Amino acid sequence: MIKDLAAQVAREKIAPIAAELDESGEFPWEIVKTFAQADLFRVFIPTEYDGLGGGMFEMCLVVEELSKACGGIALSYAASGLGTIPIILYGSEEQKKKYLPRLAAGEILAAFGLTESGAGSDAAGIKTTAKADGDCYIINGTKQWITNGGEASVYTVIALTDPARGVRGSSAILVDKGTPGFDFGKKENKMGIRASATRELVFQDCRVPKTSLMAKEGMGFLVAMKTLDQSRPGVAAQALGIAQGALDKAVDYSRERHQFGKPISSFQGLQFMMADMATQVEAARALTYAVARAVDAGEKDVSRMSAMAKVFASDTAMKVTTDAVQIFGGYGYMKDYPVEKMMRDAKITQIYEGTNQIQREVIALGLIKESVRAQK
Amino acid sequence: MKVIVCIKQVPDTTNVRINPETNTLVREGVQSIINPFDVYAIEEAVRLKEKHGGTVTVITMGPPQAAEALRESISLGADSVYLVSDRAFAGADTLATAYALACAVRHLGGADVILMGRQAIDGDTGQVGPGVAENLDIPHVTDIRKIEEIADGRIVVERLMEDGYARIAARLPVVLTVVKEINVPRLPSLKGKIAAKKAEVPVLKASDIGADPERLGLNGSPTQVMKIFTPPKPSGGKRFTGEPAATVAAFLDELTAAGITIRKQ
Amino acid sequence: MDPIRVIVNNCVGCSLCVKACPYDAIALSGPPGAREDKPTAVIDLAKCTLCGACVEACKRYKAIVITRTTFKGQDVAAYAGICIYAEHRSGKLASVVPEIIGAARELQKDLSAPVTAIIVGSGVRALTSELLSYGVDEIWMIDDPTIGDFDEDVQAELVAEIISEKKPEIFLGGGTVIGRSLLPRVAAKILTGLTADCTELAIDPSTMLLRQTRPAFGGNIMATIQTQNHRPQMATVRHKVMRPADKVENPKGTVVELKHIPVPKSHLEFLEFVEEKTATVNLVEADVIVSGGRGIKDPKNFALIEKLALATSGAVGASRAAVDAGWIPYSHQVGQTGKTVKPKVYIACGISGAIQHLAGMKGADMIVAINSDPNAPIFDVAHFGIVGDLFQVVPELIKRLEAGG
Repeated sequence: MIKDLAAQVAREKIAPIAAELDESGEFPWEIVKTFAQADLFRVFIPTEYDGLGGGMFEMCLVVEELSKACGGIALSYAASGLGTIPIILYGSEEQKKKYLPRLAAGEILAAFGLTESGAGSDAAGIKTTAKADGDCYIINGTKQWITNGGEASVYTVIALTDPARGVRGSSAILVDKGTPGFDFGKKENKMGIRASATRELVFQDCRVPKTSLMAKEGMGFLVAMKTLDQSRPGVAAQALGIAQGALDKAVDYSRERHQFGKPISSFQGLQFMMADMATQVEAARALTYAVARAVDAGEKDVSRMSAMAKVFASDTAMKVTTDAVQIFGGYGYMKDYPVEKMMRDAKITQIYEGTNQIQREVIALGLIKESVRAQK
Repeated sequence: MKVIVCIKQVPDTTNVRINPETNTLVREGVQSIINPFDVYAIEEAVRLKEKHGGTVTVITMGPPQAAEALRESISLGADSVYLVSDRAFAGADTLATAYALACAVRHLGGADVILMGRQAIDGDTGQVGPGVAENLDIPHVTDIRKIEEIADGRIVVERLMEDGYARIAARLPVVLTVVKEINVPRLPSLKGKIAAKKAEVPVLKASDIGADPERLGLNGSPTQVMKIFTPPKPSGGKRFTGEPAATVAAFLDELTAAGITIRKQ
Repeated sequence: MDPIRVIVNNCVGCSLCVKACPYDAIALSGPPGAREDKPTAVIDLAKCTLCGACVEACKRYKAIVITRTTFKGQDVAAYAGICIYAEHRSGKLASVVPEIIGAARELQKDLSAPVTAIIVGSGVRALTSELLSYGVDEIWMIDDPTIGDFDEDVQAELVAEIISEKKPEIFLGGGTVIGRSLLPRVAAKILTGLTADCTELAIDPSTMLLRQTRPAFGGNIMATIQTQNHRPQMATVRHKVMRPADKVENPKGTVVELKHIPVPKSHLEFLEFVEEKTATVNLVEADVIVSGGRGIKDPKNFALIEKLALATSGAVGASRAAVDAGWIPYSHQVGQTGKTVKPKVYIACGISGAIQHLAGMKGADMIVAINSDPNAPIFDVAHFGIVGDLFQVVPELIKRLEAGG
């Protein structure tokens, strides 16, 4: 049901304007309204807060279907999910009541602010501070490349409440758009996912009440890491959707395009390519769904699996979209045809929410740790 | 504001195919859908409710499987649904259908606005709307492209004509048939789909709605289908294949030879 | 008794009826009948709509019977004559009127009955001479300044009143926006049968009943309908389907003003008419239509279609696929859920020829199809088919036409 509805939204609302929004880089507010009206934002929010009580698995189904039509537009949905997860996991009752029903209704969007110019993979290197002052925090610093930046209404910001303690002194703080001292940088001009809004978050003596703190002081990094572990299947789902979309287009095209008096789909070279593409997409799907289910089942040690799903799905998306362009040949290179956009869109999935290099480290370190543990 | 929408479940004629060997309708794989024009009516009803408060009730006269269409209406925002179904209704032409629907509407206590699509894509007659209105003895306006306003029991509508539109006012209650220009129907919501799945569809039989059995079904239908046939499959005319320059030239030569010109005069 | 029965002894279990049923209401699950080894047809009355397709399919064995009775109708013998509804607006007769008069006069050849016309409205006297010039024998007129062009409730009452007085056996109207709204109301008032959008009207020589033939299921199927026990037998006909009546040299018809019929007040309030001469009008009236379909691939490419339309003084049409994809507004859509057109020339570019599109254009005098798929169904109805890439053929065609080819 959820998959079908998301697919219907993708087919009827997203597909017709994906190319236009890619060109203009405009934020798809009309489509976000459709997501809201279709109750898609409710999918991963608990029923106590007007959600439908589903989890990451359901969110992945939605993200995958939407991404088949456009990874950028789907990201507006997925990134809001990313910004909603910390509230679900670590928000206080007041915080949940304040934000979750409105997020479920799609009235507002959320965003997650961790990355800074000097702190990408090395997230511990963040420098944004939140200095206690009476019953407020004063936030100073700049977050970079935040998806939904400027469009979202609520931001989970990871800042240093105790700079001396480094990472252990970081905290997660909810900041509303429009708070004095909270501003946005220019919208980034990106290679792909151009319909998604990416902006700097600029904090200059931004005062927020201490009640905006999530969990406890010093837990910021934990909040961030756990959030990312949970949401990583979502990125995998996005990559998966982009890959599937590209594969479908490539297969259709290969039947229509005739060379040497035959459709190019009859050439074994391309058949083998498409078979490999499809197999990898299917494998990525299986892995992504399994991880999403594990997350929902509350399995404790999901970091490694989650990293695997993200790495595999995003690498698959890059390969499949590149191959799709190849199958389209010269036409694939032209903006008139949809696959070059998919290739540009796919690239980011290998980079954000933890670069694939970091993901591999996580996997490797996890393997080693386990080996050590087993040998004890 | 009480709105009743009359819908029809129809085969998806856009996907209907003819079996080339037997020259008959290929039934398999043809889905049953809500008549597309009726979907616009449901959307308009929901919008009226959002604007004026009240309820949206969707009814249909059909066989038991039409309950699916009513469930879909729930996912699109209907508050309640009724399936007007009875063997006695089978074989009804538009006169008998309009009569039965009017009886059902009366049984449900009437409505301020009764909406339906301008025509069903299987019958294409567009006759049921005016028929229902006549049976209820209330005014009707067809081909509505916009409901401008409803205030103090008076409705102002825009009616799509061949060469423009007419602005017409009437006192409620009215029957309106709508065209696609009226709105963009929303997609079903998940909450709606979940409610639809769980929904029980109440059935109204002929005796429930106080219908005169003489006026129902085949008995109540002055028009009778004498024959259904598939039109003979055309065999196509002249075919040109090859390089564009050659085919176009050959085609234009044929036209010239036949004394036909398509060039701008 | 059930309205539809299978005569088990006649049924050979050939399953032709099963295949013919559009509602999946028949299964071969009954006990053997005419053939010991074959199960017989069983009809699910819950699903059956009594459309009669199975009866037709079983012509050979006559194993399915539909029993028809209807509620009491009018006194058939008292009704005579072929009457048409003279629709008008803004002081002009609707363009379909000469065509339905034409149809009526054709029927007159078999019925030997007068052709009459009903006209109600304000200032309609001025239109009577035109009606008479098409060979109408008698006009029944109500001319009253209070009857507005859009006061359909009043019009319906007056027409019904005139019909019950004058008792024509046949009453024809145009399948226009007004016609398709007014006539059903009249039929429901009088309690008689109405068949919409007939493509053929003829008198059955054995029964002298009006045989009304019309498309259904998007044009996949033709149905022949009759109204046996009720009068008048009503039918509407769309613009450009029937041939207009020839004008008569010395019109001899008469005008009868029915002053005794009271004119009620309308419950509808006409506010204003806003004219919009959009693509729609051009499309339905155009002599040449150039249409684009899914093969256009991109909204930008409609410029090519427009160019060809320009080169042929034609209007631009589109298939549902192109409209649904958002490439061109719905007002250009040709097809079952779009506009029905009957131009002299219809050029279909990149249109596969789905049944519901054909329903809207197969009446064109000359159909030209341009499609890269030689198996596209459009080629079956096209008088001329060019197999090729439209992005090469159309520019070539434009080039030749502009050069005077």
